[in-house]
Amino acid sequence: MEIIDRRRNPHGKNLENRQRVLARARAAVARAARAAIDQGTIREVGHDQSVVIPADSLNEPSFHTVFTKGQRQIVFSGNKEFSTGDRLTRPPGGQGQGGAGEGGQGNGDGQDGFRFVLTRDEFLDLFFEDLELPDLVKSQIVATETMTPQRTGLSVDGSPSQIDMARSMRQSMARRIGLKRPKTPEILAMEAEIAALEKGRDNPERLRALKDELATALMRQRRIPWIDPVDLRYRRFTQVPKPSARAVMFCLMDVSGSMSEPMKDLAKRFFLLLHVFLERRYKHVDLVFIRHTETAEEVDENTFFTDPRTGGTVVSSALTEFLKIQKQRYPQDSWNIYVAQASDGDNSSSDTQKSTAMLENDILPVVQYFAYIEVGTMAVIRGDTDLWRGYSPIAQRDSRLAMSRVSDRRDIFSVFRHLFARKVAA
Amino acid sequence: MTENHLLYEGADWDFPTIQRSYDAIEKIACEELGLEVYPNRIEIITAEQMLDVYTAHGMPLTYRHWSYGKRFLQHEQSYKRGYSSLAYEVVINSNPCISYLMEENTATMQALVIAHAAFGHNHFFRNNHLFRQWTEASAIIDYLEFARGYIASCEDQHGAAAVERVIDAAHALSRHGVHRHGGARPLNLKVDQKRERERREHDERVFDDLWRTVPGGKPKHTSDSASDRRRRLGLPEENLLYFIEKVAPRLQSWQREIIRIVRLIAQYFYPQPQAKLMNEGCATWVHQRIMQRLHETGQINDAAFLEVLHSTSNVIYQPDFDSPGGGPGFNPYALGYAMMTDIARVCANPTEEDRRWFPDIAGNGDPVGTLRYAWANFRDESFVLQYLSPAVIRQFRMFRLLDDTADSALVVDAIHDDAGYRAVRRSLAASYDPALHDADVQVVDVDLAGDRKLLLQHRTKPGELLSTRDAEATLRHVAFLWGYEVRLQEVDTETEAILSTHTANPPPT
Repeated sequence: MEIIDRRRNPHGKNLENRQRVLARARAAVARAARAAIDQGTIREVGHDQSVVIPADSLNEPSFHTVFTKGQRQIVFSGNKEFSTGDRLTRPPGGQGQGGAGEGGQGNGDGQDGFRFVLTRDEFLDLFFEDLELPDLVKSQIVATETMTPQRTGLSVDGSPSQIDMARSMRQSMARRIGLKRPKTPEILAMEAEIAALEKGRDNPERLRALKDELATALMRQRRIPWIDPVDLRYRRFTQVPKPSARAVMFCLMDVSGSMSEPMKDLAKRFFLLLHVFLERRYKHVDLVFIRHTETAEEVDENTFFTDPRTGGTVVSSALTEFLKIQKQRYPQDSWNIYVAQASDGDNSSSDTQKSTAMLENDILPVVQYFAYIEVGTMAVIRGDTDLWRGYSPIAQRDSRLAMSRVSDRRDIFSVFRHLFARKVAA
Repeated sequence: MTENHLLYEGADWDFPTIQRSYDAIEKIACEELGLEVYPNRIEIITAEQMLDVYTAHGMPLTYRHWSYGKRFLQHEQSYKRGYSSLAYEVVINSNPCISYLMEENTATMQALVIAHAAFGHNHFFRNNHLFRQWTEASAIIDYLEFARGYIASCEDQHGAAAVERVIDAAHALSRHGVHRHGGARPLNLKVDQKRERERREHDERVFDDLWRTVPGGKPKHTSDSASDRRRRLGLPEENLLYFIEKVAPRLQSWQREIIRIVRLIAQYFYPQPQAKLMNEGCATWVHQRIMQRLHETGQINDAAFLEVLHSTSNVIYQPDFDSPGGGPGFNPYALGYAMMTDIARVCANPTEEDRRWFPDIAGNGDPVGTLRYAWANFRDESFVLQYLSPAVIRQFRMFRLLDDTADSALVVDAIHDDAGYRAVRRSLAASYDPALHDADVQVVDVDLAGDRKLLLQHRTKPGELLSTRDAEATLRHVAFLWGYEVRLQEVDTETEAILSTHTANPPPT
């Protein structure tokens, strides 16, 4: 008999098979992942998301039979009250077929979905497959204010906390060997021999010579320190500019009376989708919520989505507010700035001119991306809305502005995809 | 004074503990019970590794395929949610016999598992005629190694997708890739690997493209009568994978080899479900007996023995038909253990009834020998038919239902009384008959000279047709492998009437 401890064998033996399942069911998983959006709140998206894959894509068919008609006899256990000849009504739910398919080990017709949990990365990979942030390069590398210290070898001076122990001791040892510093065991050996000789008293010459030798050795040991300031080595750091891993996302929404609850819900979904998307790219994503009617104000998330307001619509007020906050708190060179504006497209007629001018001249130059989505069905009834007419010429000229219409919850994702679809390299 | 003999105390174990337990168990198993086993190898593994083992049907390695990933995810899911706990052990029918022990087990559980797997199952694998006849324990691990390597090299050469396509199709037919009859030749898997290499080398050596251009003589006029053709191809053939591997006109040699691998592995697993009841019953009886002896001889203490009792009674729980988890079908551990115990009782301590029912073994005074004989020479179906006693039928309170779709009610037509014993026993035995579970699908004809259409036939049992959706999906796999149109007829065995027909065409290439 032999006993083998396999516990230390490499783990994750089935990782590859798992990848193959995902690859096989990719389309189905992606669909399921997106359906999850319609249920859970998007902020939780990707946290231990379990998805149900329709059994179809992972079905393993085989020839197996099902009992359809005729007679059969089955033996059960646990009789309590039956005697021969008793007639039992068939249990409901098709069980009358005698627990259909119990005969084969086959998995019935495989109607059940197949459920498993995706890791957050797997989920988001599928979720945002083929999407990318436009114009990512710009302020990520260039023009960053933040510096980060990075190890760049060793130096001979520095602060005590940065002493590199291993390197310092290596220097010290080299020096001690080079200068032939007597080692403690050697001295101890000498002392022991002297003691022995003193006891024996038969070799005074040797004793004297040894004593001299010991004295020299002790002196050398004193003169050559075990560790010397010249041995010390410090870790050296240099400051390197750090690409900004921060992004801020401004959510601008029209909350005037014309925006109904379903419209706000659409906007919310879009905002949160964008948020999750940004979170994948940046370590840190700030959210700023600006709502506006005739005037604009910064509010917290809850108020933003739930607190109803009434009044007219002046879009430029929100844009002004955005610029104010951006200047105060989010300087362009250290933040990646994204703006998502949701509106029903309504604007007071005198303001559209001003808004579009602001957008083109002041806002687009500082942002990475400005997404405008128009929610609701206004456009269907009245043709292009005020804002749409104002924005679309800019969108033609400047790729940082993207705009789209959404009128149904189901469309949110396709609109999102449309906005962020990977551009085919020309 | 008994303290001196204790193998261990408490729940903790280390490798010397396992070694000591093993030695004590081996002594009882071989000297008192007369078990004959393959050499044992015991491997300690973690929970995750146990899941891996589950995934591969209890084999230590397999080729890569998504279906294993699917199985892994399913097991992992139900394990993580606490729906199921992992087995304490898994044992492999190989020589040496490999038993996997979970690291979380207590010292008592490790001992129990060694008795159960390394001796109970091991003895069964080595002695039962099904396993002796169908599987070659000494070569299976090597063969799996070869299969894994071969399929990986195919993936390199032909692309993972193409290989996956073939494996998918072969898996769909794996239940029809077994020689059920006349399989007296145990598979020699080691030679197989060598032969495949030689086959390929020979093909490469004799290949000469010039032959293709030589004008042939007159095409031979074959009097290809249907019966002649069938005889030549050995039809009807129920081993679909075998037939496809040998005859399918458009397969590449590597595709044939993959089909062969799937087929041989299916063949290796073929006996397992047929003797599950006996196998588990044997192992449970053996471990219970051994642990009891260890306790009697003072090698384990009362606490450990209580743990054994607790664990065994969990394993042999049989839910009633109307309780959660119940239904038709019996827990193989419960029924198997009950029957083994009952046989031992009949041998040692028979009642009047036992003498009537089992005149040949009642009171023969050799329970272990009788059990060993039963373990060697039966499978579940014949074992139940031979040994299920009225006592066990009463113990489980078995009853039989007649399910007639023409009748609005289910009828209890036999219960655990004198009038019903034989009926119950016959039906229960029949439910273990593999011929009743697997659809009888055969290749009956193929027109090799003409349109090459393959004709399959399902010889139905009364009232049972193939599940349509799955049958059609499977048939598409057959068509893919065959390369031409495939037709499946479901035929009434009595009247030869065609009840249903499915057709599939190969995917366009």
